[in-house]
Amino acid sequence: MTDAAVDSAATADRWSARWSAWRLPRGLHPGAWWLWALGLATAASHTTNPLGLTLLVAVAALVVIARRGHAPWALAFRMYVWLGVVIVAMRVVFRIVFGGGQGEHVLVRLPEVPLPDWAAGIRLLGPVAAEQVLGGFYDGLRLATMLICLGAANALANPKRLLKAVPGALYAVGTAVVVALSVAPQLVESVLRVRRARRLRGASGRGMRAFRGVALPVLADALDRSLALAAAMDSRGYGRTAAVPARQRAVTGALVLGGLLGVCAGTYGLLDTAGPGYLGLPLLLAGLAAAVGGMLLAGRRVHRSRYRPDRWRLAELLVAGCGIAAACLMVLAGTVDPELLYPPVSPLTWPELTPLLLLAVAVAAVPAWLAPPPTPVPRDHT
Amino acid sequence: MITFDRVTVRYTEDGPPPLRDVTLTVEEGELCLVAGRTGAGKSTLLRAINGLVPHFTGGTLHGSVIVDGRDTCRHPPRDLADVVGVVGQDPLSGFVTDTVEEELAYGMEQLSLPPTVMRKRVEETLDLLGIAELRDRPLRTLSGGQQQRVAIGAVLTSHPRVLVLDEPTSALDPTAAEDVLAAVTRLVHDLGVTVVLAEHRLERVMQYADRLLYLPGDGRVVNGPPAAVLAGVELAPPLVELGRLAGWDPLPLSVRDARRRAAELRGRLGEGTPPAPAPAPEPTTALSARKIVVRYPGTVAVAGVDLDLQVGQVVALMGRNGSGKSSLLWAVQGSGPRQGGAVTVTGAAGAVDPKNLPAHQARRQVGLVPQTPGDLLYLETVDGECHQADQETEAAAGTCRALLDQLTPGLPGDRHPRDLSEGQRLGLALAVQLTAAPPVVLLDEPTRGLDYLAKRQFVSLVRGLAAAGRGVVVATHDVELVAALADRVIVMADGEIVADGSTAEVMLASPAFAPQVAKVLAPAAWLTVDQVAAALVAEREPA
Repeated sequence: MTDAAVDSAATADRWSARWSAWRLPRGLHPGAWWLWALGLATAASHTTNPLGLTLLVAVAALVVIARRGHAPWALAFRMYVWLGVVIVAMRVVFRIVFGGGQGEHVLVRLPEVPLPDWAAGIRLLGPVAAEQVLGGFYDGLRLATMLICLGAANALANPKRLLKAVPGALYAVGTAVVVALSVAPQLVESVLRVRRARRLRGASGRGMRAFRGVALPVLADALDRSLALAAAMDSRGYGRTAAVPARQRAVTGALVLGGLLGVCAGTYGLLDTAGPGYLGLPLLLAGLAAAVGGMLLAGRRVHRSRYRPDRWRLAELLVAGCGIAAACLMVLAGTVDPELLYPPVSPLTWPELTPLLLLAVAVAAVPAWLAPPPTPVPRDHT
Repeated sequence: MITFDRVTVRYTEDGPPPLRDVTLTVEEGELCLVAGRTGAGKSTLLRAINGLVPHFTGGTLHGSVIVDGRDTCRHPPRDLADVVGVVGQDPLSGFVTDTVEEELAYGMEQLSLPPTVMRKRVEETLDLLGIAELRDRPLRTLSGGQQQRVAIGAVLTSHPRVLVLDEPTSALDPTAAEDVLAAVTRLVHDLGVTVVLAEHRLERVMQYADRLLYLPGDGRVVNGPPAAVLAGVELAPPLVELGRLAGWDPLPLSVRDARRRAAELRGRLGEGTPPAPAPAPEPTTALSARKIVVRYPGTVAVAGVDLDLQVGQVVALMGRNGSGKSSLLWAVQGSGPRQGGAVTVTGAAGAVDPKNLPAHQARRQVGLVPQTPGDLLYLETVDGECHQADQETEAAAGTCRALLDQLTPGLPGDRHPRDLSEGQRLGLALAVQLTAAPPVVLLDEPTRGLDYLAKRQFVSLVRGLAAAGRGVVVATHDVELVAALADRVIVMADGEIVADGSTAEVMLASPAFAPQVAKVLAPAAWLTVDQVAAALVAEREPA
């Protein structure tokens, strides 16, 4: 065997080892999935081409099916698809009801509802044109696609884990959100339980009295539970802070508050063109800097560590990159062939795909293979 | 390890203090059992150990509580988190995260332990409590016993020197309770953790305890070895009562102790058997259910169950958590889902199926008191609830109040239902349901959180209902209660009936369901201390 052959064999071995390490099942950092999904949604927002949008939905579905875990939230994707269908249908129905009636290709002539003079400009029903229905359909499809992309992120990444990745200063806010999220299903559960119990007393379940009969026990329940949770969190060390001198605490507070005020005033100045120049961008930037500084300082007070934090590795970078690349390609496609990305409804034309749009869709689909597979379903021994 | 020095706790200025001038010491590595009636201050005592009283609950604490050298006066609960681990009554409401592994890590994250230490401790704790296969499971999908073990594990990962458990087994079936207690005793024996544990059902834990703190209810704490303290306690578990009856000293704390001393008692009882319950003159069926099916998405909760209930009969429904007991009761009442089968209630109005009636008529056929009786109550006062119950059922004014006075006499009418004790609230909910005069009464887990005295009252109350011609079904885990209460026992598993027979038949057939007295006096068929006492009296009289 020649040296070259040995070398190449060793290289091949190394590569296959790397590849199998790469394919090791693990959960991806939720931030990567969210960036990818936001990229897809951005891409969708830059076109109304039904072919392109349908392809984007298909890509989102493909990646979800290939890479979602077994957790309960992974099943939510179907709900988002249904929600998308509802949005499209609503848009089309609205266009038919509040027609406007532009367009030459009239499909049906519905009887028009006469409206009084003060409602001039609004038309109820009347002739339904193909252009008008198609316009509603394109619009709705774009919105639905963006929603489905976000749904894909929800199905692929645990939203709660994303909250865990927030910086230390926002830790308390993150905990509050996590607790609130877990309270909601408990609240639903206790409403169902109490309503069932009310039926045992022969209540019909309607009217003010029934509402009171359900609301009071449920609220009392929720209060008891939150007290129990607060006691549990307190006794498990929640809110242990590193010793911070009072002066530093005051400085932190002043920085955060002052910074946020600066951001508000700066934004106002930026939007209000009549104001003096220094009220705009400079104030906004200074306010942002102060707020971020304050938060970083406050973060040092929070004294805690993280169990198995999600790491940002190459796969995360690539997945997020695919999403961002798809968005960039779509924007680029928009500057090259604007009329193909926004196919006109009048005159009626058959939508066409452009090479750049196809490329954007293809790039968006890559994570279906590129991302490491999810951890397999744990076997239930109980 | 834990020192109380002249501790007095007051929540209000004028009310009686839950703890008055309490001085005690719990040594390192002890399993210390806290017992007492509901409302006697058990929770206050437990919560004072890690400073939740008074830092979290308010009120004033005089004297000092010192745990591992730290005064709770100067250390709020969060600063004691590395020394004291507390598990509350309902583990689910204390969970902060949503999967088992994250929950185990939560406490350590707060203590900011390094990631490598956390990783190792999580694995150790998963093994120690036997919950390794649950690591990825969402907490809400766990059974009660699993949740309780996860909650214990979640505080253990911080390696506390003291573990405080508030009624860890009150909601569990006997087997799950055994699992939890086995885990706790393992902690005491293998790791030397000091455990302070409150419990109503002393029969489960007293044999493991090194020390018993008994709270009589007047703010005192009686402190001593379990056998000595129990000797002076009015109401005690069956083993202790049997020991008193037989005059054993010291009192037996485990079935083994009692059995070794019981040879003489067994001899005295001889071949005698407990009197068979007098059969009803002509059994009339109060309720008959055929082929009841209840499904939930993904599971079959009740799979074609037949249930017959005679007038004047008390039936106990047993089985592990999730075996379909509650689903069956709700389906029979008609308010719960029922996908198949038929129910016939034979009452004053003839034979009807409550499912086909509107809710206010169904409750006249079958009255159901749910697992949390408080769900039925929503007004501000006891009198308000009684008045409302009379109106709802078009009963004569005062009917409900009269029933309540029979069940739990002397309940002040202006009290808020939420301020009542567990037993009183159960009595009120039962009175509300009985106002509709249903011939059949179903009770779902009624004895949760009841102490021995309240349980004894409950037994006489239910026997009274049966004597008044009602059919009663009680779903429960409490073996001792069933032995004292039921005529017939039905055991369910996986939505099917696996055993159905007279109380003695079913309970003596398997050790898991045998009451303590039966275990001591086997092979004779004695179930309760009262039976034995009656037999001994009968034996003495002819002599």
